[in-house]
Amino acid sequence: MACFLVPTAEAIVATIVTKSIKTKEKKPEALKIDTGNGNFEIEEKIPFSHKLKWLTNMLWGGAVLLAFEHVWHGEVTPWFPFLTAASNPSDTATMLHEMSTVGVSMAILVTAVWGVMLIVSSAIEKRALKAPGAQPAAN
Amino acid sequence: MTLLTTVFAAIICTIIWYKNAPKNEMKIGILCWMYWGASIMWFVDALFEYAELKAEYFTPAPADMLNDFYLGLSVVALGLIIWLAILLIKDPKGVVKAALFQKKK
Repeated sequence: MACFLVPTAEAIVATIVTKSIKTKEKKPEALKIDTGNGNFEIEEKIPFSHKLKWLTNMLWGGAVLLAFEHVWHGEVTPWFPFLTAASNPSDTATMLHEMSTVGVSMAILVTAVWGVMLIVSSAIEKRALKAPGAQPAAN
Repeated sequence: MTLLTTVFAAIICTIIWYKNAPKNEMKIGILCWMYWGASIMWFVDALFEYAELKAEYFTPAPADMLNDFYLGLSVVALGLIIWLAILLIKDPKGVVKAALFQKKK
């Protein structure tokens, strides 16, 4: 009915947080990697704001496509009150129940998937730091 | 069917993204995030529907299946339109800029 509103709300908050972190972020950690024959490559770790953008992209993308599905099913209209379920109290109660169950679960699962991605990317970064020939680059 | 269509779109986009990485001229990543985000959300929707319908969930009426597939294709098309708009606005290859401006002789 309006489950997409919960991920949309999270997407708005995540976007604001991403922008605020981006302005405060320091220069990311750099790595000097020995590519052989005395050559070196400098690689930078991606900043946290970039990783946060993965979450906002998933939330915005999913919410927009889900909103389209709701338009398709006639649950969202371009005129007031925009949600057909908001026009009578019994439907509004059902809508709020759906938002608190399905909508919240959607937001939690997307965030959980992003959390797993953070853990995996952190493990990959640690492995790269430990690799032979890799050393912190002087900034 | 909508979930399945979106998951396949997400998988195809991810394969294309991986094949072209680290180059990101076509911004395929946008499509990946969009389709994966929608797939996760529809997966949750499917779980709740399954909890309600049980085994009946896997035997939808052909008309419902067709309508859901039609919706899935429309969702994929909308995703492609959004991606195309972002691609043309960001114009990473400078193609739009080159088409709009002429070099002075």
